[in-house]
Amino acid sequence: MHMADALISPAVGGTMWVVSGGLIAYSAKKVREEADDRKIPLMGVLGAFIFAAQMINFTIPATGSSGHLGGGMILAILLGPYSAFLVMASVLTVQALFFADGGLLALGCNIFNLGFFTCFVAYPLIYKKIIGRGLDKKRLIIAATIAGVIGLELGAFGVALETVSSGISELPFKTFVLLMIPIHLAIGLVEGLVTSGVVSFVITARPEIVTAAGEKTPPGVGVKKTALGIAAAAVLAGAALSWFASAHPDGLEWAMLKTSGREELESSGRLHGLLASLQEKTAFLPDYGFRKAAPAGEVKSEPAAGEKAAWPAIDAGASVSGLVGGLLTLLLAALIGLGLKRRQTAA
Amino acid sequence: MNKLGKNLADIGYMDTLAAGDSPLHRLDPRAKLLTTFLFIVSVVSFNKYEVSALVPFCLYPVFLVAAGKLPAGYLVKKILLVSPFAVLVGVFNPALDRQILFQLGPLGISGGWVSFLSILARFALTVSAALALLSITGINSVCEALLRCGVPKPFVVQLLFLNRYIFALTGEAERMSRARSLRTFRPAAVSFRVFIQLIGNLLLRTMDRAERVYRAMLCRGFDGHIRVVRFSKIGRREIAFTLGWSVFFSVFRFVNIPLMLGQAVTGLLK
Repeated sequence: MHMADALISPAVGGTMWVVSGGLIAYSAKKVREEADDRKIPLMGVLGAFIFAAQMINFTIPATGSSGHLGGGMILAILLGPYSAFLVMASVLTVQALFFADGGLLALGCNIFNLGFFTCFVAYPLIYKKIIGRGLDKKRLIIAATIAGVIGLELGAFGVALETVSSGISELPFKTFVLLMIPIHLAIGLVEGLVTSGVVSFVITARPEIVTAAGEKTPPGVGVKKTALGIAAAAVLAGAALSWFASAHPDGLEWAMLKTSGREELESSGRLHGLLASLQEKTAFLPDYGFRKAAPAGEVKSEPAAGEKAAWPAIDAGASVSGLVGGLLTLLLAALIGLGLKRRQTAA
Repeated sequence: MNKLGKNLADIGYMDTLAAGDSPLHRLDPRAKLLTTFLFIVSVVSFNKYEVSALVPFCLYPVFLVAAGKLPAGYLVKKILLVSPFAVLVGVFNPALDRQILFQLGPLGISGGWVSFLSILARFALTVSAALALLSITGINSVCEALLRCGVPKPFVVQLLFLNRYIFALTGEAERMSRARSLRTFRPAAVSFRVFIQLIGNLLLRTMDRAERVYRAMLCRGFDGHIRVVRFSKIGRREIAFTLGWSVFFSVFRFVNIPLMLGQAVTGLLK
């Protein structure tokens, strides 16, 4: 479920960084407004708890596979949405840094997928609604399970949306969603059962913890209103992003095209490259294949499939030299590394 | 040592690496953070069929590993450990994109394979850079850098707390699960019922601990504000590091060096 940098484009990663960063700033402001000193160590230690609990696996009956805790919903129930979101964000950041579980650029996506949907959608709009005023066990199990499933499904949907709009994976959106939904239905069910199990365990042992957390509704604007506002902002950002992503598959290249008059060079290069110097230039700047967003794309200075007939000479040569050159560069980098290391140990 | 213990040792080892001393370790964390971020953005900004132009970028993680005296084998193992997600999503590309992109002798290579290879290359580059960054910086310095870059303080404090108590609580979880596995005939399988009780108890202990921590903080004059020590500064070295690598990244981004090199070599052979 943790997205990697390799599968997202800078436009998607950047947008989600901005969205998640805004959410963190907003939640931090809310937590500060609550001004509950006691909460500072509690949040920190609960984050570590989620971490530790995730490392214990249990066997899922009749399947032979194992599951573990996600934790967002437990945090929301115990801490309220804003603090829970901050804790979730910090857990994901540490996972990205220590275990490379989810990339740095993808961190915004991951925080949004796993934190936002659980804390700001599933918790206030589903869990809270079902629980209502009374807190009995049966209702708790139903609420936690449904909220767990919906939170995770929304997150999975987010993963699919972000991956597909990045355009690195070939998976079509529909297939991806169809793959993700059933898997996360199962994971969400398990997550919901664990959440309700743990919460009802705590209720039996120490009822005051959960009831106290339930009573503390954040001051100021209601949870629902802010959640809706944030959702609207996210949808807007997403819409802007998807337009950006579909119109220009690659933000940086698009910017390059806008800023440099590279098209000219390319088109004159396409005039059969009569001038040797010009041909050399196209070889030196081989990646600037902006001229088409053709799905066939171009590898290196490789002409697109349709142009093969017109450019028979370069075709095989370019791919071979790409291979040879790639291997040589790798070798060079390794040599530089070894040289540096030797110097380090000698020093 | 069980899996939990190993995970714990893993985090501890990263901290040990970060405590090392090299010119790289001494750089201001902000410079390293920014440079690594630029690196990741340049790597992922290529079109999805790009492979050869990605290769020069490996210079950056190689540099960090070599100049920071990091154990390369350990980092490679960590990269392989987290690779399943990228591989799983990318592995569909060869099946879905069958258009032949280029011909290598009799072998036609489809766009799907090229883009799959590209995903793997991106993955290796971004993950190794991120891991190397943490190993030469350490989480405390990363937090300091975040704070100075304007990240809200409650979040940074949360990160610091988390880093501090991961050890305490993972240790607690490890002891609990070891105690369970010593008293059962099937040490490997934790049933759902037992799992809930384990986690529930861990949660209760956690909340008690939070209360104790809070009291201990009050005893030491905690007034609702956490102060984070700051001692680094941006100097000539930092500017040189970030600017130098930015120049490299932009050259790598816009000039396909391996292709030029390959053309030169194959040209000579002809």
